[in-house]
Amino acid sequence: MAIVEKTPLELGPGDSVRYAERPLGVFTRPQGGRGWRDWLSTVDHKRIGILYGVSAMFFFLVGGVEALLIRLQLAAPEGSVLSADVYNQVYTMHGVTMVFLFIMPLAAAFANYFIPLQIGARDVAFPRLNALSFWIWLSGAIFLNTSWMVGGGGADCGWFCYSTNSGVAFSPSHGVDFYAIGLQILGIASLVSSVNLIVTCLNMRAPGMTLMRMPVLTWMLLITQFLLLFALPVITVALFLLMFDRLFDAQFFNPDAGADPLLWQHLFWIFGHPEVYIIILPAFGVVSEVIPTFSRKPLFGYEFMVFSGIAIGFMGWGVWTHHMFVSGIGPISVAAFSLSTMFIAVPTGVKVLNWLATMWGGKLRFTVAMKFAVATVAMFTIGGLSGVTHSVAPADTQQTDTYYIVAHFHYVIFGGGVLGLFAGLYFWWPKVWGHFLNERLGNWHFWIMLVGFNLTFGPMHILGLQGMSRRIDTYARGYGFEFWNMAATVGSLLIAVAVAIFLWNVVKSKRDAPHLPPPGPDPWDGRTLEWSIPSPVPVHNFDTVPQVHGRDEWWHTKYAENDEGKVVRVATVEEAAQTGEATGVHLPSPSFWPLAVAIGLPLIGYGLIFNLWLALIGALLTIASLYSWALEPVDDPDAAHDHHEEDHQEAQEADNDGDEQ
Amino acid sequence: MSAEAVVADHGHDEHATTTGLSHTKLAMWVFLGSECLLFGGLISTYLLYKTRGNGRTLPTDVFDIPFTSVSSFVLLMSSLTMVLALSAVSRGEAEAGRTWLLATALLGGVFIGGQVYEFTSFVREGVAFTTNPASSAFFTLTGFHGVHVSLGIVMLMSLFVASLKGKLTQRNAETVEIVGLYWHFVDIVWIFIFTVIYLIPAD
Repeated sequence: MAIVEKTPLELGPGDSVRYAERPLGVFTRPQGGRGWRDWLSTVDHKRIGILYGVSAMFFFLVGGVEALLIRLQLAAPEGSVLSADVYNQVYTMHGVTMVFLFIMPLAAAFANYFIPLQIGARDVAFPRLNALSFWIWLSGAIFLNTSWMVGGGGADCGWFCYSTNSGVAFSPSHGVDFYAIGLQILGIASLVSSVNLIVTCLNMRAPGMTLMRMPVLTWMLLITQFLLLFALPVITVALFLLMFDRLFDAQFFNPDAGADPLLWQHLFWIFGHPEVYIIILPAFGVVSEVIPTFSRKPLFGYEFMVFSGIAIGFMGWGVWTHHMFVSGIGPISVAAFSLSTMFIAVPTGVKVLNWLATMWGGKLRFTVAMKFAVATVAMFTIGGLSGVTHSVAPADTQQTDTYYIVAHFHYVIFGGGVLGLFAGLYFWWPKVWGHFLNERLGNWHFWIMLVGFNLTFGPMHILGLQGMSRRIDTYARGYGFEFWNMAATVGSLLIAVAVAIFLWNVVKSKRDAPHLPPPGPDPWDGRTLEWSIPSPVPVHNFDTVPQVHGRDEWWHTKYAENDEGKVVRVATVEEAAQTGEATGVHLPSPSFWPLAVAIGLPLIGYGLIFNLWLALIGALLTIASLYSWALEPVDDPDAAHDHHEEDHQEAQEADNDGDEQ
Repeated sequence: MSAEAVVADHGHDEHATTTGLSHTKLAMWVFLGSECLLFGGLISTYLLYKTRGNGRTLPTDVFDIPFTSVSSFVLLMSSLTMVLALSAVSRGEAEAGRTWLLATALLGGVFIGGQVYEFTSFVREGVAFTTNPASSAFFTLTGFHGVHVSLGIVMLMSLFVASLKGKLTQRNAETVEIVGLYWHFVDIVWIFIFTVIYLIPAD
């Protein structure tokens, strides 16, 4: 194996481990098992992926309820469901929840689960840091939402939280404090996970898996991690400045003292525009896996897909000011950022054309996953085109702060990001859970969601061009806004129905699973390494680390060209797939310390807002846990080791109970 | 993480599927990349605000450049002792390694002491955290740097204690190297801050 060092993850299949019981600090070193405690101490990238996914879906419902409240308020003129103040909080928290607590963690779920599988690794580079990322993310998410209970309401400054609205004078409740500190906590989680996944992708690929043989999902997720790595510190700076202003009377955003409110806008959007690509690139990756599989063709223009992803990653840093065309930044800035915004449509267009070319002449199978993927391409293209209209600064001047903008970013984020990730859920569900999602319910889910989505956000283009402002809590009769607002509200209810069908599908397909044939390792005739191992994935992922000879390694294991250039099957799945029966594979030991570190952080947050003593307790807990972590060996030193491949047989016989299963 | 780690040869495929760096060292490099943007944001904020005094004293009015030059020199010298510490540990000279680790931490400590003195004297001269946008930006930028140096001192002292307990041997000299990467990075950032904030005059 091309691995640098002998840490547990990289040992060959013959190596074995038993979890030794050894008290360390206050905890007994946790062992592998099946109870709920095992989920708290798990360092398995697959379980962490599932934790991310389940939590993200929970916050999807929270954000969804907030969205429905918004739509109920705006269904008719002079709505009175919410007060103006609560309305501000609800739309702010809707945005924050959907971006930071739903789409980003759902993408993190895919990244955690599938990067190691697609590159042929046993886990990520730092399994405990991986657990830390999740627990910090969850503690930040809970912290952020407790502002409803203890902070006097949610943040009320919009998800972008412009100065001076974010100041104490205009936002006196603690909502914005929770926003500033909560997003910092979430930022730590994403930063840790980006470092971890970048190292995983760069260092832990299976033999033969060069960068240009990596599956496109892994590529897009890798680019996403780089964007996170460089974008998060910028918003961290902005959030610190905001926190210092609100809690410690600093003067960063006080115009009376000569401060410049545009500083916040620049810092926020230097983060905020790459954030758009952080949201969309994982979905692009999913679509780039689903479409080739169901077209029975390799991805058209793999190199172009990879490099256009990289190009988006770079150019995403040069367009942030198009969010600020009306803030008086001067004609040169406006002209320069208009041009760069037009240019960034080029690599995105390359991607759309390559997906179409992949389908062209392919043997298409319209499963639910494929339908979601195709819908992603179509809906994202609509959103992308309205995005190009923003790059024309004079037009943007008319569109800014209207519902046209709301329509645009929901087409890219929901139509691109969310539909794309749903494609991924239907596609990889059998791999993760060992049973399919029901296709019939999936079809209902898909069509109702697609219709509901377009009914909700399509009319917003019209409303925006008619002049309806964003962020207004109500509107008067007689402006011609009534009909399309009602249509949008009906559409949002359809989306809610679709989500309910999805949740019912999750329950029903699990219930029906025992009566149906299992999907097997490779239900869709897939192309990448994760389909070469059993479903659900065994705890050690790969019995033997695969040797990679080219792109779409698993496909070429199954098929080859004959003398006439025709594709013929050379191996059945049963012959080629790994059985997952290896025992005694050396795995990293679980740990409670990541959870303990993560519990300290929100305490520091509450402490900064309410009582510094609490911050002290939180800080002590975090520091003590970090030291306990550092002193805890990565792997239990007392565990039975066996580093010699030739001893595989003996080890297997001796350690049949060594595996967690 | 052993220093003598080698890239295993896997015969049939020549293509590298790893960077050849250990996971931890690569992780530190990647993290430092992120840190550049953090300090970039803070330095930009200061540059935007450095003349915005709201009619009160600016940080540039109270800078004591000879004093800060001396403490900058002290911090830069700590990079030298850091290198000597790594060199000693990787040669297996634990005692010398401890000496240089302690020297590095002490030099860092002197720098932090200088910063505390600087901050208190600035406050006495009428430039406090809340005085004006310029002062808020100054204290935030240099404060963030100071916190980074302090965390570095904590890491160095942890290594020192580990060495006393005999846990820091030639085999894990890479840990010293990784802490060294962080330490040198923090020093380099200070070169930027000192040049841009202190030496380039406000116009």
